Amino acid sequence: MVQVINQSKIIERIKNIPDPEIPVISISDLGILRDIIFSEDKAEVFITPTYSGCPAMKAIEDEIVAVMREEGVEGVKVKMVYSPVWTTDWLSEDAKERLRAYGIAPPENTSFDKRALAIHPKEIKCPRCGSVKTVMVSAFGSTACKSLYKCEQCLEPFDYFKCH
Amino acid sequence: MQNNLYTYCLRLGDTSLILSQRLGEWCGHGPILEEDIAMTNISLDLIGQSRAFYTYACELEGKGKTEDDLAYQRGERQYYNILLVEQPNGDFAKTMMRQFLVSSFQYYFYTELKSSNDKTLSALAEKSLKEVAYHLRHSGEWIKRLGGGTEESKQRITNALNELWLYSGDMFDADETDMEMVKAGTGVDLLKIKPMWDKKVAEIFSESGLEIPQNVFMVKGSRTGRHTEQLGHLLAEMQTLQRTYPGSSW
Repeated sequence: MVQVINQSKIIERIKNIPDPEIPVISISDLGILRDIIFSEDKAEVFITPTYSGCPAMKAIEDEIVAVMREEGVEGVKVKMVYSPVWTTDWLSEDAKERLRAYGIAPPENTSFDKRALAIHPKEIKCPRCGSVKTVMVSAFGSTACKSLYKCEQCLEPFDYFKCH
Repeated sequence: MQNNLYTYCLRLGDTSLILSQRLGEWCGHGPILEEDIAMTNISLDLIGQSRAFYTYACELEGKGKTEDDLAYQRGERQYYNILLVEQPNGDFAKTMMRQFLVSSFQYYFYTELKSSNDKTLSALAEKSLKEVAYHLRHSGEWIKRLGGGTEESKQRITNALNELWLYSGDMFDADETDMEMVKAGTGVDLLKIKPMWDKKVAEIFSESGLEIPQNVFMVKGSRTGRHTEQLGHLLAEMQTLQRTYPGSSW
């Protein structure tokens, strides 16, 4: 018997796959998910890597394949699209707000802004108390996409999602 | 032309992979936690870049090989990474000096490669450039800090420069493949980026109180797979598992 696949349900489920490191945002919020193409009982999913070496990409690929299998699609190919290059500009305002609520300061500049590459980018607001009296502790943080900051007002350390 | 493009991808992938492997050796040994994280973060960016170049190379070759075949099944004479990246880590100053010399080169290289008429190369260049900009800033800041720090840090960063400078000429040692790639509008004109690199290096060194060593004999050979003795040791360690148990997986 041929199992009938429910394309719109699958698309919805794939879109909502959470980022493995930052589960409050999904792969479609991040702009990683680019396209899903169905042909009969097979599917091709196109994704864009965030950082070249981000280990989360492998977890995301595996999750896409797992969801497809659950929905009865066996022949799944996950393909990388490198152009246009991923940028934090693709994060929606809503996703940025969820990041902040989760304790990660969202990217402050657009990637077109050269100041994003300067040592001290535009002031970064503490996601907890909202103070702009913050200092960068380390440009490289717990994952490739984050820097480590400290708030001098509430004294809490926090992650900043780098502009990229 | 196809063959040149394949060689080009190998060279770029090899340079990123070998530097990534070297930086990975610092994992758990960094002088402070933040720097341990920084070096392994940079390593991760680089391994990601090499994977993309290798995957593209395999696609061009069309023999069904994978990125792992390229990484684990080639001997040292079949590796084409620039000589600088295979040099041992030494102390933190030497690692940062190596990083700065290479990241500044990659910065101008990828800036130019963005205009390649090969769409994949151009996209990979644009992506890599964003990451390399961070690596360059980070290592450049350390050169200045070490150069302007204590007597000991100044001595160490000066030693690092003296030990590494002789391998810097190899980066610009264009061969026929390079020239044909430029002619085809696909590759980077090394003669064009050399003055930009020279200027950047001179600027950071002058802020750091460092002087470029003069009349140094430049060691070359990476374009033809002739390496310093360091690469063989690195590959032996990196490839031991796949060579002992071919095709094994986690």
